[in-house]
Amino acid sequence: MKFNWFHFSSPATFYGLAGRLTPWFFALALVSGVVALYWGFFETPERLGGSNPQKEYYRIIFVHVGSAWLSMWLYLVLAAWSALGLVFNTRLSYMMAVSVAPTGAIFTFLALVTGAFWGRPSWGTWWDWDPRLTSELILFFLYVGYLALHSAIDDARRADRASALLAIVGLVCVPIIYWSINCPDPNQCAALHQRSSMAEIEGNILFAMLALTFSFWMYSFGTSLLRVRSIIIEREAGTSWVDDQLELEARR
Amino acid sequence: MMEFLAQGGYAFYIWSCYGLAVVLLAGELVALRRRRRTILAQLGRLRRMHQAEVSHEG
Repeated sequence: MKFNWFHFSSPATFYGLAGRLTPWFFALALVSGVVALYWGFFETPERLGGSNPQKEYYRIIFVHVGSAWLSMWLYLVLAAWSALGLVFNTRLSYMMAVSVAPTGAIFTFLALVTGAFWGRPSWGTWWDWDPRLTSELILFFLYVGYLALHSAIDDARRADRASALLAIVGLVCVPIIYWSINCPDPNQCAALHQRSSMAEIEGNILFAMLALTFSFWMYSFGTSLLRVRSIIIEREAGTSWVDDQLELEARR
Repeated sequence: MMEFLAQGGYAFYIWSCYGLAVVLLAGELVALRRRRRTILAQLGRLRRMHQAEVSHEG
């Protein structure tokens, strides 16, 4: 069977599909979020480690790691939609890029602030110019810059192309964040973020962390689809399918 | 219950983080719903104006 992906790249088709999918994503986000928080707060130990243990404040990592992962993933998604838009010149790709960016910016901000609230009790400081903190802050500025550039250009098509280019150039920041751990051995230097692997994390903590990350993913799908519906109907206003759609919504 | 809320004395740090997360995410949802409703109302108004014009001419 031949499946035509470009069928869904028409905004009119995608509008309906997005509307049907959104409630499911929000339901999944809510359920997995509740499970993650229950597990993170009730099924995990109160302190970790030996002589200098992490106390209850380590529970911030569930929201911190989840939002930090999403901040990077959503940037990759933003750059991918931008690249698709530039290559295929599909309107919907650009609309999706613009829809993902605000949610990505929110998660980046959340990662930075929760990191500060974790840093205060564990490192003794709210902020330090550690490579990972600094590059994550630059990622936040990239999101803000993308959104600012897009809203600064009145013509939607030119705004799409210019900000898509910015998103792709900014992609250089993501691997820097990922590999920005300047200390391979904690005995040699005092880097704030240290190398870790999933195998070293206690099982219940890992489960809560992954469940909350999944919840954030579903939330991001939900919000970007909800936002793209507004963008589609706004940009396609005046076409016959939008008029039909408005009639349908008015009758409801 | 009080012991759970106190989180071993780290309540301020932990609940600030989760509180901020809830405020930001819920705030985004509220803003999105409001935006959608505004656009639908605007476009609906334009459509009714347009229909009124057409029936006037006819």
